[in-house]
Amino acid sequence: MHVSSYNKASNDPNFENVNSSTTSKEKTVDFGFQTVLASEKAEKVHKVFENVASKYDLMNDVMSVGIHRIWKDYFVKKMFPLPPGTSIIDVAGGTGDIAFRMLQSIERQNKHFDVSGTEKNSSILISDINQAMLDVGKERASKMNLQSDMLSWLCADAQQLPLADNSFDLYTIAFGIRNVTEISKALDEAYRVLRPGGRFLCLEFSHVNNPLLKQVYDTYSFQIIPPLGEVFAGDWKSYQYLVESIRKFPTQDRFKEMIEEAGFRSVKYENLSFGVVSIHSGYKI
Amino acid sequence: MKSETTKKSEPLYDGHIPINLLQRAVLSVGSSIVALTDPARGDMVAVNGESSGHSALKKMHRKMLESEEGRQILMERPRINSTTIDIEKLKSYPDGTLGREYTKFLEVNNVSPDTRLPVRFVDDADLAYVMQRYRETHDLVHTLLGCPTNMLGEVAVKWVEALQTELPMCIGGAVFGPIRLKPKNRSTYLSKYLPWAIGVGSRSSFLMNVFYERRWEQDIAELRDELKIETPPGV
Repeated sequence: MHVSSYNKASNDPNFENVNSSTTSKEKTVDFGFQTVLASEKAEKVHKVFENVASKYDLMNDVMSVGIHRIWKDYFVKKMFPLPPGTSIIDVAGGTGDIAFRMLQSIERQNKHFDVSGTEKNSSILISDINQAMLDVGKERASKMNLQSDMLSWLCADAQQLPLADNSFDLYTIAFGIRNVTEISKALDEAYRVLRPGGRFLCLEFSHVNNPLLKQVYDTYSFQIIPPLGEVFAGDWKSYQYLVESIRKFPTQDRFKEMIEEAGFRSVKYENLSFGVVSIHSGYKI
Repeated sequence: MKSETTKKSEPLYDGHIPINLLQRAVLSVGSSIVALTDPARGDMVAVNGESSGHSALKKMHRKMLESEEGRQILMERPRINSTTIDIEKLKSYPDGTLGREYTKFLEVNNVSPDTRLPVRFVDDADLAYVMQRYRETHDLVHTLLGCPTNMLGEVAVKWVEALQTELPMCIGGAVFGPIRLKPKNRSTYLSKYLPWAIGVGSRSSFLMNVFYERRWEQDIAELRDELKIETPPGV
C-alpha cells in the first residue's frame, strides 16, 4: 500500500502526524486519539474552536438533536436559588449558553424576591480562551437584547486566570474542561478564585456504562457526527476531534477524585442521559 | 478495546480521511441536499463528487490507462494551480493558442486555478488523483468548450462531463442545474445548448486524456478538431 503524496504538502498543519516531535523530552498529552506535545495542544484546540465558532450553536443542535438545551437548563437550575450579589464566573463560556440562562434565572428570581437598590446585584463574568467564541457570544447577547451590566467578558486561559484569589462565589464550566491541556491546572485555578464556601459546578460529556447504549452512542458519535460536521460546517476534522476528546476524558469517578485532589469537598456527580453527560459539584470548604 | 466503529484505516495520501459505508452514506446524502439548497456551499458539490464517485472514478481511471496520453498523465500526476502554472507566461502566447485562451477565460470569468479543494474522501490514492485532476481541469474544459461560467455555461459543461465521466455529482448537476435557469434562458438551453452539449459529450474524445500542460502552444481550433468538439452555439 503505497502512500501517494501530491506535490503540495497538506494544507492542514493542525492534523499532521507528529511522531517526529515526540522524541523531545517535553510532556505529551492527548488531542482526541492523537498524542501531541503539551505545548501544541492549546494551539490545536484553539484552531478547532476558531473553526467551529460561527456554526457552534447549529452544530450542537444537530449533534444532540436539541437535547443539549435540556442538559443546560437542568445544569443552571441546579445552581438556584442564588443569594443576591452572587459573583459568578462561567469559564469556557464563549457563546454564552450558560451565562444567558443564569442571567435570565437571576432576573426571574429578582422579580419574586424584592431586591431593593441597596443590595448589590449579581454579576457574571464570561471567560473563554478563544476570542472567536466570545465574539459569537457578544453578538448573541445583543441579538437577544440581554441586560448587559451584569455581564462581562474576558479572554483568558482556564489554567491561568488573571484574577485574584477568592473572587467568586460560583464557578461554572460547561463542555469546556475536557479541552483544557491539563485539567488539574484548571481545577486548581477554580479552587483558587473561589471564595471559601464557593461552589464548583461542571457539566461535561462523560462515560456511558450500559454496554448496549454505549454501542449506539459510539456508532452515532463516530459515524454520524463527523460527516454531519462536514455537511453543516464544512469541517470533519474538528468534529472528529470533539468526539474523540469525549472518549479520552476521565470517568465520572476519576474526575470526582481529581476535583477532590484540587481541594474541593462534598464532591458529587449526577449522570444525565445515561452518562452521556455528567454534572460534577464540589465546595471549597 | 476499540470497537469496529472506532477502527480507522490509515490515510493513503495527504489529507485523506478514510471513511466507511455509513459515513459515506451520510456524506453523500447530506452533501447533495446542501449542494442543491445552498448555492454558497461549493464544497458540498466537491464532497458529493468524492463520496459517491467510486465506480465512475474507476471507469475514468481505466479509460486513462487505455490511452498513451492518459497513462502519461497518471505517471507524472501534474497539478494545476498558480504555483505549477506560469499564468503570466501563458498570457504572452498568441491569441488562439490554448494557453492564451485559457488565461482569457480566467480573466473574463474572474476565476482562479487555486480554488479547487483537495480530495479527502476517496479511499484510493490513484482514484483520488483522478478526482483531483478532474477538478483541476474543469476550467480548461470550459475553455475548450467555449462555455462561460454563467448558469447556462456551467450546465452545458456538466452535461459533457456527466456523459464522459458518469460521476453522479455531474449527472445530478446536469439534471438539476437547469431548475435554476431564468425563464428566458430555458428555451435557449433546450433548443441550442442541451442538444449541443449532449452531442459533444457523446462524440468527443475523453477529455481527461488531454495533457493540457504539453499543449499550451497548440492552436485551440486545431485542438478542438482533434478532440472532435463541435463549435458551441453562439460562438
